[in-house]
Amino acid sequence: MNPETVIDAVSAVFMVTGALMSLGAAIGLLRFPDLMSRMHAATKPQVLGLFLLLAALGLQMRSWWVWPVLVVAWLFQLLTVPVSAHMVGRAGYRTKHLHPELLSSDELEAVVQQAAGQQAAKHGVDDDDEAGR
Amino acid sequence: MNRKRISLRQELPLLVWLVFVWGALWQNFSPGNLLFGALIAVLVARIFYLPPVELGGRFNVLRAVPFALIFLGKVVAASFQVLYLAVVRGPNVVSAIVAVPLRSHSDLLVTATGHVISLIPGSLVVEVDRSTSTLYIHGINVRNAEDAAKLRKEVRDTEAGLIRIMGTKDELSALTQEIAA
Repeated sequence: MNPETVIDAVSAVFMVTGALMSLGAAIGLLRFPDLMSRMHAATKPQVLGLFLLLAALGLQMRSWWVWPVLVVAWLFQLLTVPVSAHMVGRAGYRTKHLHPELLSSDELEAVVQQAAGQQAAKHGVDDDDEAGR
Repeated sequence: MNRKRISLRQELPLLVWLVFVWGALWQNFSPGNLLFGALIAVLVARIFYLPPVELGGRFNVLRAVPFALIFLGKVVAASFQVLYLAVVRGPNVVSAIVAVPLRSHSDLLVTATGHVISLIPGSLVVEVDRSTSTLYIHGINVRNAEDAAKLRKEVRDTEAGLIRIMGTKDELSALTQEIAA
Protein backbone atom coordinates (compact mmCIF):
# COMPACT_ATOMS: atom_id res chain seq x y z
CA MET A 1 0.00 0.00 0.00
CA ASN A 2 1.52 3.32 -0.92
CA PRO A 3 1.57 6.22 1.55
CA GLU A 4 -0.75 8.33 -0.61
CA THR A 5 -3.56 5.81 -0.19
CA VAL A 6 -2.98 5.66 3.57
CA ILE A 7 -3.10 9.46 3.89
CA ASP A 8 -6.25 9.59 1.77
CA ALA A 9 -7.89 6.87 3.85
CA VAL A 10 -6.96 8.52 7.16
CA SER A 11 -8.22 11.91 6.04
CA ALA A 12 -11.43 10.35 4.74
CA VAL A 13 -12.03 8.72 8.12
CA PHE A 14 -11.25 12.03 9.90
CA MET A 15 -13.60 13.98 7.67
CA VAL A 16 -16.50 11.59 8.05
CA THR A 17 -16.04 11.37 11.84
CA GLY A 18 -15.68 15.16 12.06
CA ALA A 19 -18.86 15.68 10.09
CA LEU A 20 -20.57 13.09 12.31
CA MET A 21 -19.52 15.09 15.36
CA SER A 22 -20.99 18.28 13.93
CA LEU A 23 -24.15 16.32 13.20
CA GLY A 24 -24.14 15.16 16.82
CA ALA A 25 -23.92 18.78 17.97
CA ALA A 26 -26.91 19.66 15.79
CA ILE A 27 -28.95 16.70 17.09
CA GLY A 28 -28.05 17.69 20.65
CA LEU A 29 -29.18 21.28 20.08
CA LEU A 30 -32.53 20.01 18.87
CA ARG A 31 -33.14 17.25 21.37
CA PHE A 32 -31.78 18.44 24.71
CA PRO A 33 -34.42 19.93 27.00
CA ASP A 34 -32.88 23.14 28.34
CA LEU A 35 -30.32 25.79 27.54
CA MET A 36 -27.46 24.43 29.59
CA SER A 37 -27.61 20.88 28.31
CA ARG A 38 -27.75 22.38 24.81
CA MET A 39 -24.51 24.21 25.59
CA HIS A 40 -22.89 20.80 26.18
CA ALA A 41 -23.90 19.82 22.67
CA ALA A 42 -22.63 23.11 21.29
CA THR A 43 -19.17 22.79 22.84
CA LYS A 44 -17.82 19.25 22.92
CA PRO A 45 -18.61 17.46 19.66
CA GLN A 46 -18.04 20.71 17.81
CA VAL A 47 -14.46 21.07 19.11
CA LEU A 48 -13.60 17.49 18.20
CA GLY A 49 -15.36 17.83 14.85
CA LEU A 50 -13.30 20.88 13.99
CA PHE A 51 -10.12 19.12 15.14
CA LEU A 52 -10.78 16.15 12.86
CA LEU A 53 -11.70 18.32 9.88
CA LEU A 54 -8.62 20.52 10.33
CA ALA A 55 -6.41 17.42 10.66
CA ALA A 56 -7.87 15.99 7.45
CA LEU A 57 -7.30 19.36 5.75
CA GLY A 58 -3.68 19.39 6.96
CA LEU A 59 -3.12 15.88 5.62
CA GLN A 60 -4.58 16.73 2.25
CA MET A 61 -2.75 20.03 1.75
CA ARG A 62 0.65 18.21 1.68
CA SER A 63 2.47 21.29 2.90
CA TRP A 64 4.09 21.94 6.26
CA TRP A 65 3.25 25.64 6.31
CA VAL A 66 -0.43 25.01 6.75
CA TRP A 67 -0.07 23.15 10.06
CA PRO A 68 0.74 26.15 12.29
CA VAL A 69 -2.39 27.97 11.01
CA LEU A 70 -4.53 24.93 11.72
CA VAL A 71 -3.01 24.59 15.21
CA VAL A 72 -3.67 28.28 15.91
CA ALA A 73 -7.24 27.99 14.63
CA TRP A 74 -7.92 25.00 16.87
CA LEU A 75 -6.22 26.53 19.93
CA PHE A 76 -8.32 29.67 19.59
CA GLN A 77 -11.37 27.46 19.36
CA LEU A 78 -10.28 25.69 22.56
CA LEU A 79 -9.83 29.04 24.28
CA THR A 80 -13.05 30.71 23.14
CA VAL A 81 -15.62 27.88 23.15
CA PRO A 82 -15.65 27.32 26.94
CA VAL A 83 -15.86 31.08 27.51
CA SER A 84 -18.84 31.56 25.22
CA ALA A 85 -20.56 28.46 26.63
CA HIS A 86 -19.94 29.77 30.13
CA MET A 87 -21.30 33.23 29.32
CA VAL A 88 -24.44 31.83 27.68
CA GLY A 89 -24.93 29.29 30.47
CA ARG A 90 -24.45 31.94 33.13
CA ALA A 91 -26.89 34.34 31.52
CA GLY A 92 -29.31 31.46 31.04
CA TYR A 93 -29.12 30.49 34.69
CA ARG A 94 -29.64 34.05 35.86
CA THR A 95 -32.67 34.56 33.64
CA LYS A 96 -34.00 31.15 34.77
CA HIS A 97 -33.93 29.46 31.38
CA LEU A 98 -33.77 26.02 32.95
CA HIS A 99 -36.04 23.22 34.01
CA PRO A 100 -35.55 22.68 37.77
CA GLU A 101 -37.33 19.33 37.55
CA LEU A 102 -34.55 18.06 35.29
CA LEU A 103 -31.83 18.91 37.80
CA SER A 104 -31.05 16.19 40.34
CA SER A 105 -29.43 18.80 42.58
CA ASP A 106 -28.71 22.53 42.37
CA GLU A 107 -26.04 23.79 44.73
CA LEU A 108 -25.98 27.24 43.16
CA GLU A 109 -29.60 28.10 43.90
CA ALA A 110 -29.07 28.45 47.67
CA VAL A 111 -26.05 30.70 47.11
CA VAL A 112 -27.90 32.89 44.63
CA GLN A 113 -30.92 33.23 46.91
CA GLN A 114 -28.70 34.09 49.85
CA ALA A 115 -26.95 36.77 47.82
CA ALA A 116 -30.27 38.10 46.55
CA GLY A 117 -31.59 38.17 50.13
CA GLN A 118 -28.56 40.13 51.31
CA GLN A 119 -28.92 42.58 48.46
CA ALA A 120 -32.63 43.04 49.16
CA ALA A 121 -31.92 43.62 52.86
CA LYS A 122 -29.25 46.18 51.95
CA HIS A 123 -31.59 48.01 49.61
CA GLY A 124 -34.31 47.92 52.26
CA VAL A 125 -31.98 49.66 54.73
CA ASP A 126 -31.06 52.26 52.11
CA ASP A 127 -34.72 53.01 51.49
CA ASP A 128 -35.32 53.42 55.22
CA ASP A 129 -32.43 55.85 55.44
CA GLU A 130 -33.84 57.95 52.66
CA ALA A 131 -37.30 57.90 54.23
CA GLY A 132 -35.86 59.00 57.57
CA ARG A 133 -33.99 61.96 56.12
CA MET B 1 0.83 55.09 33.21
CA ASN B 2 1.15 54.10 36.83
CA ARG B 3 0.40 50.45 36.34
CA LYS B 4 2.93 47.95 37.53
CA ARG B 5 5.35 47.05 34.77
CA ILE B 6 6.09 43.39 34.41
CA SER B 7 9.52 42.07 33.60
CA LEU B 8 10.40 40.93 30.10
CA ARG B 9 10.92 37.41 31.42
CA GLN B 10 7.33 37.26 32.65
CA GLU B 11 6.09 38.66 29.38
CA LEU B 12 8.17 36.33 27.24
CA PRO B 13 5.63 33.46 26.91
CA LEU B 14 3.03 35.94 25.65
CA LEU B 15 5.48 37.46 23.14
CA VAL B 16 6.57 34.03 21.87
CA TRP B 17 2.90 33.11 21.38
CA LEU B 18 2.21 36.35 19.47
CA VAL B 19 5.22 35.78 17.20
CA PHE B 20 4.04 32.20 16.58
CA VAL B 21 0.55 33.45 15.62
CA TRP B 22 2.15 36.03 13.32
CA GLY B 23 4.30 33.42 11.60
CA ALA B 24 1.38 31.01 11.33
CA LEU B 25 -0.91 33.60 9.78
CA TRP B 26 1.71 34.60 7.19
CA GLN B 27 2.64 30.93 6.78
CA ASN B 28 6.19 32.13 6.74
CA PHE B 29 8.69 31.33 9.49
CA SER B 30 11.72 32.99 7.87
CA PRO B 31 13.97 34.91 10.31
CA GLY B 32 13.08 38.28 8.76
CA ASN B 33 9.35 37.75 9.13
CA LEU B 34 9.77 36.47 12.69
CA LEU B 35 11.89 39.49 13.60
CA PHE B 36 9.26 41.87 12.25
CA GLY B 37 6.61 39.84 14.10
CA ALA B 38 8.60 40.16 17.33
CA LEU B 39 8.80 43.93 16.83
CA ILE B 40 5.03 44.14 16.37
CA ALA B 41 4.46 41.80 19.34
CA VAL B 42 6.48 44.08 21.62
CA LEU B 43 4.66 47.18 20.29
CA VAL B 44 1.23 45.56 20.75
CA ALA B 45 2.09 44.36 24.25
CA ARG B 46 3.29 47.86 25.16
CA ILE B 47 0.43 49.87 23.63
CA PHE B 48 -2.55 47.61 24.31
CA TYR B 49 -1.49 46.92 27.86
CA LEU B 50 -3.60 44.29 29.62
CA PRO B 51 -3.39 43.18 33.24
CA PRO B 52 -0.44 40.80 33.33
CA VAL B 53 -1.13 37.09 33.55
CA GLU B 54 0.48 35.95 36.76
CA LEU B 55 2.35 32.81 35.86
CA GLY B 56 3.33 30.39 38.60
CA GLY B 57 6.99 30.65 37.66
CA ARG B 58 7.34 27.00 36.74
CA PHE B 59 6.23 24.76 33.91
CA ASN B 60 6.69 21.03 34.01
CA VAL B 61 6.87 19.72 30.44
CA LEU B 62 7.08 16.08 31.56
CA ARG B 63 3.72 16.49 33.28
CA ALA B 64 2.21 18.63 30.52
CA VAL B 65 2.63 16.14 27.66
CA PRO B 66 0.71 13.23 29.28
CA PHE B 67 -1.87 15.72 30.57
CA ALA B 68 -2.40 17.04 27.03
CA LEU B 69 -2.72 13.52 25.61
CA ILE B 70 -5.21 12.46 28.31
CA PHE B 71 -7.07 15.72 27.69
CA LEU B 72 -7.34 14.94 23.98
CA GLY B 73 -8.62 11.47 24.78
CA LYS B 74 -11.19 12.96 27.12
CA VAL B 75 -12.34 15.43 24.46
CA VAL B 76 -12.98 12.46 22.17
CA ALA B 77 -14.81 10.58 24.94
CA ALA B 78 -16.84 13.71 25.77
CA SER B 79 -17.95 14.13 22.18
CA PHE B 80 -19.10 10.55 21.86
CA GLN B 81 -20.85 10.79 25.22
CA VAL B 82 -22.76 13.91 24.17
CA LEU B 83 -23.55 12.29 20.81
CA TYR B 84 -24.90 9.21 22.64
CA LEU B 85 -26.93 11.29 25.08
CA ALA B 86 -28.31 13.45 22.28
CA VAL B 87 -29.47 10.49 20.25
CA VAL B 88 -30.61 8.11 23.01
CA ARG B 89 -31.71 10.22 25.97
CA GLY B 90 -32.59 13.49 24.27
CA PRO B 91 -35.23 15.44 26.18
CA ASN B 92 -35.13 13.21 29.27
CA VAL B 93 -31.53 13.86 30.23
CA VAL B 94 -31.09 14.70 33.93
CA SER B 95 -28.41 17.16 35.01
CA ALA B 96 -27.20 18.81 38.19
CA ILE B 97 -25.37 21.92 39.27
CA VAL B 98 -22.52 21.03 41.58
CA ALA B 99 -20.37 23.39 43.64
CA VAL B 100 -16.68 22.48 43.55
CA PRO B 101 -14.30 24.41 45.79
CA LEU B 102 -10.84 24.61 44.25
CA ARG B 103 -7.51 24.60 46.06
CA SER B 104 -5.84 27.36 44.12
CA HIS B 105 -6.78 31.04 44.29
CA SER B 106 -4.69 32.01 41.27
CA ASP B 107 -6.81 33.44 38.45
CA LEU B 108 -4.80 31.58 35.83
CA LEU B 109 -5.32 28.17 37.43
CA VAL B 110 -9.02 28.73 38.07
CA THR B 111 -9.44 29.80 34.44
CA ALA B 112 -7.41 26.90 33.10
CA THR B 113 -9.35 24.42 35.24
CA GLY B 114 -12.62 25.91 34.04
CA HIS B 115 -11.51 25.61 30.42
CA VAL B 116 -10.36 22.02 30.69
CA ILE B 117 -13.48 21.09 32.65
CA SER B 118 -15.74 22.62 30.02
CA LEU B 119 -14.20 20.43 27.33
CA ILE B 120 -14.04 17.05 29.08
CA PRO B 121 -17.03 14.77 29.58
CA GLY B 122 -20.23 16.07 30.99
CA SER B 123 -19.35 19.36 32.64
CA LEU B 124 -19.79 23.06 31.96
CA VAL B 125 -18.91 26.01 34.19
CA VAL B 126 -22.02 28.02 35.03
CA GLU B 127 -20.73 30.41 37.65
CA VAL B 128 -17.39 31.27 39.21
CA ASP B 129 -17.05 32.64 42.70
CA ARG B 130 -13.68 34.31 42.59
CA SER B 131 -13.53 35.25 46.28
CA THR B 132 -13.75 31.63 47.43
CA SER B 133 -12.51 30.22 44.08
CA THR B 134 -15.50 27.93 43.77
CA LEU B 135 -16.69 26.66 40.42
CA TYR B 136 -20.37 25.94 39.94
CA ILE B 137 -20.52 23.22 37.34
CA HIS B 138 -23.45 22.04 35.30
CA GLY B 139 -22.98 18.30 34.87
CA ILE B 140 -24.95 16.53 32.20
CA ASN B 141 -26.34 13.07 33.02
CA VAL B 142 -25.75 13.52 36.78
CA ARG B 143 -28.61 11.53 38.27
CA ASN B 144 -27.66 11.10 41.93
CA ALA B 145 -25.24 12.11 44.68
CA GLU B 146 -22.80 9.43 43.55
CA ASP B 147 -22.50 10.94 40.07
CA ALA B 148 -22.09 14.38 41.64
CA ALA B 149 -19.25 13.10 43.85
CA LYS B 150 -17.60 11.61 40.77
CA LEU B 151 -17.87 14.92 38.94
CA ARG B 152 -16.42 16.76 41.95
CA LYS B 153 -13.47 14.36 42.10
CA GLU B 154 -12.89 14.74 38.36
CA VAL B 155 -12.69 18.53 38.69
CA ARG B 156 -10.38 18.36 41.71
CA ASP B 157 -8.13 15.87 39.87
CA THR B 158 -7.98 18.14 36.84
CA GLU B 159 -6.95 21.02 39.06
CA ALA B 160 -4.31 18.84 40.72
CA GLY B 161 -2.92 17.97 37.29
CA LEU B 162 -2.74 21.64 36.34
CA ILE B 163 -1.06 22.54 39.63
CA ARG B 164 1.57 19.89 38.92
CA ILE B 165 2.16 21.47 35.51
CA MET B 166 2.19 25.17 36.30
CA GLY B 167 1.14 25.89 39.87
CA THR B 168 3.38 27.84 42.21
CA LYS B 169 5.77 25.98 44.51
CA ASP B 170 3.52 26.67 47.51
CA GLU B 171 0.48 25.17 45.81
CA LEU B 172 2.52 22.16 44.75
CA SER B 173 3.80 21.44 48.26
CA ALA B 174 0.27 21.90 49.66
CA LEU B 175 -0.95 19.40 47.09
CA THR B 176 1.70 16.78 47.90
CA GLN B 177 0.93 17.18 51.61
CA GLU B 178 -2.77 16.74 50.94
CA ILE B 179 -2.19 13.57 48.95
CA ALA B 180 0.26 12.16 51.51
CA ALA B 181 -2.22 12.81 54.31
